[in-house]
Amino acid sequence: MNRAELNELAEKEQQRSDLLKLRLLVCCGTPCVAAGSYAVVNALQQYIDQHNLAAELELTGTGCLGPCSRGPLLTVIRKGEAELVYEQIKPQQAVLVLEALLAEKPVPQTNLLPADFPFFARQKRMVLAGSGRIDPESIRQYIGSGGYEALAQLLHEMTPEEVCDGVVASGLRGRGGGGFPTGLKWQLVNKGSSSRKFVVANGDEGDPGAYMDRSLMESDPHRLLEGMAIAGYATGADQGYIYVRGEYPLAAKRLQKAIRDAERHGILGSRVLDSNFSFRIDIRIGAGAFVCGEETALLASVMGRRGQPRIRPPYPAQSGLWGCPTLISNVETFANIPAIFNISPAGFAAIGSGKSRGTKVFALCGDVVNTGLIEVPMGISLREIVYEIGGGIADNGSFKAAQTGGPSGGCIPASRLDTPMDYEHLHELGSIMGSGGLIVMGDKNCMVDVARFFMEFCLDESCGKCVPCRAGTIEIYRLLTRFCNGSATATDLENLHSLCRMVSDTSLCGLGAAAPNPVLSTLRWFKEEYEAHLYERRCPAGVCNMNKLPLHLMATELLNRVNASQVAGEGF
Amino acid sequence: MSDQQENMAFADDPRLKTVERAMKRLQYQPDALIEVLHTAQEAFGFLSRELLAHIALCLKLPESQVFGVATFYHFFSLRPKGEHNCIICTGTACYVKGAGEIVTRLEQEFKLKAGQTTADGRLSLGTARCLGNCSLAPMLTLDDHVYGPETAQSTLNLVRQALEEGSDEQS
Repeated sequence: MNRAELNELAEKEQQRSDLLKLRLLVCCGTPCVAAGSYAVVNALQQYIDQHNLAAELELTGTGCLGPCSRGPLLTVIRKGEAELVYEQIKPQQAVLVLEALLAEKPVPQTNLLPADFPFFARQKRMVLAGSGRIDPESIRQYIGSGGYEALAQLLHEMTPEEVCDGVVASGLRGRGGGGFPTGLKWQLVNKGSSSRKFVVANGDEGDPGAYMDRSLMESDPHRLLEGMAIAGYATGADQGYIYVRGEYPLAAKRLQKAIRDAERHGILGSRVLDSNFSFRIDIRIGAGAFVCGEETALLASVMGRRGQPRIRPPYPAQSGLWGCPTLISNVETFANIPAIFNISPAGFAAIGSGKSRGTKVFALCGDVVNTGLIEVPMGISLREIVYEIGGGIADNGSFKAAQTGGPSGGCIPASRLDTPMDYEHLHELGSIMGSGGLIVMGDKNCMVDVARFFMEFCLDESCGKCVPCRAGTIEIYRLLTRFCNGSATATDLENLHSLCRMVSDTSLCGLGAAAPNPVLSTLRWFKEEYEAHLYERRCPAGVCNMNKLPLHLMATELLNRVNASQVAGEGF
Repeated sequence: MSDQQENMAFADDPRLKTVERAMKRLQYQPDALIEVLHTAQEAFGFLSRELLAHIALCLKLPESQVFGVATFYHFFSLRPKGEHNCIICTGTACYVKGAGEIVTRLEQEFKLKAGQTTADGRLSLGTARCLGNCSLAPMLTLDDHVYGPETAQSTLNLVRQALEEGSDEQS
C-alpha cells in the first residue's frame, strides 16, 4: 500500500460511516465484559439481523470508554445530534433504546448519563481518542479515523533527524514514571553508530492500581504500532518489540492481530508504505516479575534471561538489546507520538503546564464515586480530578490521601489537594507521576498499613541482586509490622528513617531506590498516625490489630498478669 | 516404573509435540526461552524437571539457566495446578477495599494458604499483584472469568458453585 491508497481507504471508510444513520458503540473493555456487555451486543445484533438493519446502522464492540465502574456502557451516535451514553444497561433496555431511535420517538431516559457529565466534559482525550470509539480489531476503522496518516506523511516528507527534532519540540517526557525527555532519547539512539538498532515498548505494567497500558493496548493497538513505527524511522531501527505483561492475554491477542493486519496492508514489514523504510514488530510476553518494568531488566527478559537489572551507564540508548542501541519507552509514550504529529509538535507543546507537556492518562480508582480511565491535561489539580471527574468520595466519606506512582510513589494528603499534577510538583511532594495509577483513599484507611502493604510488595518483587534492596526491604517491612501490631518502640521510628534513606541511596535500580518512597511520604504527611501507633498503641483508622506489646513493656505486663491471677486464686 | 520407561512415556507424550513445534518455529534460539516455557506451561499445566531438562537440551542452554528463569518468574509453576483456579487480586485498589478479608476467608474455608492447592487437587488459590481491573475492586478471576466487585461471602459462593459444577460433570 502507498500513501495515496491509504488516503483512499481512509476516505472510503469516512464516507461509509457518513452514510450510516446510526452508530451503536458498546464498550467491551474487560470490566464491562465482566458486567455483561457481550449480552448487550448479542441482543442488539439479534435485533439488527431480524430486522435487516445492517445497511443503515453499525454496531461496534469498542475498547474501553473510561467510566469502568458504570458498565456495560452503550454510546449512540446519531447524525447531526448529540451523543447519548447509557450506563449499566441491560440487553432488553438496549433493544428498547434502539427501537425508540428507529421509530424516531423520544429515547428512554433511564440510565442515560447527562450530556455534560463531568467525567467526560473535564477530560482531554488525545491518547485515548480512539479508545471506546473504534473497534480495536479493525484496521479500517483506525485508518478511517486518521490513523497511519502521520506515519505516511513523515516517511515521505521528513528526515529522521527532523522527526527527532519534532519530538524534542513537543516537550514529550517519558510516561512510564521517570519523565526523561523522550526527544533526547530518540536523538541519542539516532546518533548511535550500529548496523542494528531496536525499539522496545514497555507494556509490563506492574504497578498495582494502574491499567492505562492494558487499556491502550486492548482498545487502540494500532496507535501503539504507529508510534513505534515512527520511532523506528526516526532512530534508524528496523525491529521493534512490545513487551506485554503476562497477566494481559487479551492485549497480546489484539496486538498480534493488529500486527498481522498492518503487515497485510503494507504498513509494517518491508518497505513500509512504499518507502525505503522497513520495520517489523514482535511481541514478547512477560512472565510476572515487577522488576521487569525497569528498563535494563526488561531488556534482559526480552533476550530470554532472568529479569535482573544491571548498572547504568551504559544506558540502553547506547547499549541495549544484544549490545545495540535500543530505544525503550512506555506504551503510553509511544501512543502520544501519532497525536504529536497529527496536531503538530508546537500544538502539543501548548497543552500542559511548566515542563510537563501534553496529557496524562490516569487510572482513577479507590474510594471515589466514578472510577475508571481518564485523560487530563498535565497540571490539572488533584481536587478537580477527585471531586469533579471522580465525583467525590464514595459513601460520603472524606478525602484522606491519594496515592500515585504505586510502590515507587507516595501519598498526597488532603492539605495538598490543589497541587497541579505534573512531574515537578509531584516530586516536590515526595511522590512521583509514575505510570498513572491514582488511588484515592478515604478516612477508613490506615496509612501505616498502606505503607506496609507496599513494602510487602517490594520485598516480594525484589530480584535479589543487590543487598540494600534484598535485605533492606525485609527489615523495613519488619519495622512496619511492629508499628501495625503495637510492639514498636521509639528506636524503631529512628531506624525506619535511617534505613529508608540508606536503601534509597544505595540500591542498584529504580525498584530499590524508590521502594522506601511510600514509607517516607507517609512519614512526612501522616507522622501523627505513626506516633499514635507508637506512643498510644492505637490505630486511628481502626485497621491495625494492636495485640502485641513492645519488649520493654512485656516484663511489667507479665508481672501484672501473674498478680491478677494470684488475686483470682488460680496462680502459682 | 524404571527410568527408561518413564523417559519413553515422556517422549511419547503428545503434549510434547506442541512444545517441539514451538521450539522449531523459534529456530531453537536460546533467546526464545521464555516463549518456549510459556508454550510448555500451557500444554502441560506446569513445568516438570524433566521437561525443563529437555528444553535446556534443545535450546543448548545450561539446565541451571532454564531452571533459574523458570523459578524467577511468578507465572511459571513447577507443581501441578488444581482443577479450579481462583486468583484474588491484591493490588492496591483491591487491598484498600478488602481483598485481604476474601483471601483469609477462603484460606480458612478450604484449609490452604494462598499459592497452594487443596489436598484433593480440586482448587488452587492464588493472589496476584494487580490484574488491572481496579474499577471492579475487589476483583478476582475464577477459571479465567473475571468477577467483581465481590465480598468474602460472594466469593465463597462462587468457588463452591464452581466446585459443585465440576463434580456434577464427573459423576
